[in-house]
Amino acid sequence: MADRADELQQAVRRALAQGRPLALTGGGSKGFYGGEPVGEPLSVSGHTGVVNYEPRELVLTARAGTPLEEIESLLAGEGQMLAFEPPRFGAGATLGGTVACGLSGPRRPWSGAVRDFVLGVRMINGRGERLRFGGEVMKNVAGYDVSRLMCGALGTLGLLLEVSLKVLPRPEAEVTLVQERGEEEAIELMNRWSGEPLPLSAACHDGLHLHVRLSGSPTAVAAARRRLGGDPMEDGERFWESLREQRHPFFQGNKPLWRLSVPAATPPLALPGRQLVDWGGAQRWLVSDVPVEEIRHQAAAVGGSATSFRGGDRGHAFHPLPAPLKRLQRRIKRAFDPRGIFNPGRLYPES
Amino acid sequence: MKERARRKLIQALRAFLPEEAVIAGEEALRPFECDGLPAYRELPLVAVLPEDAGQVQQVVRFCHEHGIPVVARGAATGLSGGALPLADGVLLGLSRLDRILEIDPLARTARVQPGVRNLAVSEAAAPHGLYYAPDPSSQIACTIGGNVAENSGGVHCLKYGLTVNNVLELKVVTAEGELLTLGSAALDSPGYDLLALMNGSEGMLGIVVEALVRLLPRPERQQVVLAAFDEVEKAADAVGAIIAAGIVPAGLEMMDNLAIRAAEDFVRAGYPVEAAAILLCELDGTNEEVSEQVRRINDLLRGAGATEVRTARDEAERLRFWQGRKAAFPAVGRLAPDYYCMDGTVPRRALGEVLRGIAERSRFYELPVANVFHAGDGNLHPLILYDANKPGELARAEAFGAEILELSVKVGGTITGEHGVGREKIHQMCVQFGPAELEQFHALKAAFDPEGLLNPGKAIPQPRHCAEYRTLGDTRTPPGERAGNG
Ligand SMILES: Cc1cc2nc3c(=O)[nH]c(=O)nc-3n(C[C@H](O)[C@H](O)[C@H](O)COP(=O)(O)OP(=O)(O)OC[C@H]3O[C@@H](n4cnc5c(N)ncnc54)[C@H](O)[C@@H]3O)c2cc1C
Repeated sequence: MADRADELQQAVRRALAQGRPLALTGGGSKGFYGGEPVGEPLSVSGHTGVVNYEPRELVLTARAGTPLEEIESLLAGEGQMLAFEPPRFGAGATLGGTVACGLSGPRRPWSGAVRDFVLGVRMINGRGERLRFGGEVMKNVAGYDVSRLMCGALGTLGLLLEVSLKVLPRPEAEVTLVQERGEEEAIELMNRWSGEPLPLSAACHDGLHLHVRLSGSPTAVAAARRRLGGDPMEDGERFWESLREQRHPFFQGNKPLWRLSVPAATPPLALPGRQLVDWGGAQRWLVSDVPVEEIRHQAAAVGGSATSFRGGDRGHAFHPLPAPLKRLQRRIKRAFDPRGIFNPGRLYPES
Repeated sequence: MKERARRKLIQALRAFLPEEAVIAGEEALRPFECDGLPAYRELPLVAVLPEDAGQVQQVVRFCHEHGIPVVARGAATGLSGGALPLADGVLLGLSRLDRILEIDPLARTARVQPGVRNLAVSEAAAPHGLYYAPDPSSQIACTIGGNVAENSGGVHCLKYGLTVNNVLELKVVTAEGELLTLGSAALDSPGYDLLALMNGSEGMLGIVVEALVRLLPRPERQQVVLAAFDEVEKAADAVGAIIAAGIVPAGLEMMDNLAIRAAEDFVRAGYPVEAAAILLCELDGTNEEVSEQVRRINDLLRGAGATEVRTARDEAERLRFWQGRKAAFPAVGRLAPDYYCMDGTVPRRALGEVLRGIAERSRFYELPVANVFHAGDGNLHPLILYDANKPGELARAEAFGAEILELSVKVGGTITGEHGVGREKIHQMCVQFGPAELEQFHALKAAFDPEGLLNPGKAIPQPRHCAEYRTLGDTRTPPGERAGNG
């Protein structure tokens, strides 16, 4: 528990006065993601502590440097969870970094992403001011939804000091079912099942097998299990965790790793390399050294986008934006950070 | 002078819009003078009703070139004066863009124009066993464009989220007349999350001309449990008890005695009219799961002091229970010439305290209040009854409402959960936000709309206006308790 907001604000103001860019960091677990960090490192990891947690309110507020691990074990003690199942990618992962990277785990298609659970933030903008948006209530439409805008902005719009999240009860029962299916058939099944009232909470195809997780009341899970078939997996939870943390064998090796975000029902993509289908079809992991253009072209052709996730060209990690959108994003960046001191180039070369 | 300018404007608009799509003249403009908050009225310079996105773009481009403000309007069911016209502006009605373009059952999405009514989406999806989850009580009338602009909720958003959680992609015409696509049919898109930002932006950042929304499978079974209480606070505590038990019901709504009686008189829902408050708790899932949950909820409600707990006997009774809730605003509206609906959201633990505070102020202002609201979310809708024709009553209702909102902020909540700030709550924005936040909002607005032509004067007050508001009379909230930078 340490409140370092004043020091952080001073550091931002100093950087502002001297015109020096800052590279914001949390636990450093996601330093590989997006553009190469540039500027003087400013760590938020000392700004820690759960500020408020009332299980009955389904809300948790913590300082941005609080380790994810601490938050998740606190929640588990009350039978609750972060339903977007954030990947940690390392022991030091902090809440702030999690929100800034905007990454979500296997439950995402059914429960929502980070941005669906963020209720409010306290932050420092590029003028060195401390601001508060949103709050700790479930519904809030006073002012623009700046809190959600911070999700996935990779710290380019401001330094997050504190985040309030909606949390959910843990499901009473959970089971993972495995069955052998081809990729095309698996994608079709995942989508058909998603259209039925089944307690799905994860669905992936690893090249050979379709894995489906069911979460909910014991009776609902049992009924769905009879309906879907397949064999229960003994260490199902470990499987989803290995997928979320990219420790699954699929992610091993030295070739570049791509993340393709596509409409869920998109048939298998004909790209050379290995693929793993997650999020019920909506997220395709690709290990491949095919040229960037080819991958981006195919992703765009089906209405999706491609992120160079690891081991690729960090200068162009994210899918290029159409010109009008690019202009607008630049203006938004300037609205929050007129001097461009926060994480230059982390999201796009120009922001 | 103004008349000449108006005639020129009409002529110019008719160059690219059908004749009947340009509406002028006091008589013809009268229906457009207000939204669902008739305390505020204004006639626009002209109203236009374009038929497609291309025409919307032309209107906005034209207005941009000539520096004319534009106010978007869906079905005008909004309750905060968001679609209130501006005397020197064009009112842009989206009601004719009312086509459902595609329902994709496998992808579970609906592509719709902004003027499509909320309920129409679920109706069109029904043959596929799917529905659109956000269900405002105004869903037979309100539009998807308006829902996005307000980030509307409904009785089912406790479990299934608000509009922002159920929209995948928007096509938006910017203030400069550019067409942008925000989001996509995939679950996320590169760059800043402008899709999230558009939700709840009250027509100030862009005009929505198309939306791709998520559809959910209809649950196998839905059941509603009605619990009666002899004290409002017991009902409020029961809400916390349900959530604490790890149950997130599909809906959890509360009505107090005045609302119960009004609804009962209006639609014969079968409510217990003697109760101080009722809770309506909807459970959904598989058949067995729902049976099990109904049993648990029954025990919880009785444990929390319910004097009576009833489970709807059949689908017809379930729908009747909900009809009473959904018709509650118009039902209460029959009790007095006018009503004023507030929309503060508070932490659930503060529900009892705030309801008590409202009752005290109701006696002080001598204006009755009916409460009917989204209890599970802590989103209150006190309906203040008054008569605008009696001198001073509107002002009293507004002062009363302002106090309720300030109380909501004081207990850690917000002035608006789902109805938006619009024109109505612009003063209370000064209570919730400090000058730095307001400046940030304006800077963000300027990034989208540098000339400030989209719905100007709504939602975000000027900081100098707040300085005046604070010195003028806001002595009720000590500065230390202001939820800004505190
Ligand atoms: C009886 C009653 C019950 C209600 N119940 C609920 C409820 O349960 N939950 C809830 O959330 N709300 C409720 N409301 C409020 C209202 O219905 C919602 O705010 C609704 O979303 C407004 O939709 P509309 O089409 O009527 O929009 P309008 O009132 O026409 O406009 C609302 C705002 O949206 C903007 N806008 C409209 N269309 C567009 C567009 N295409 N692009 C950009 N901006 C646009 C307008 O400028 C304005 O600022 C209720 C209202 C009534 C009268």
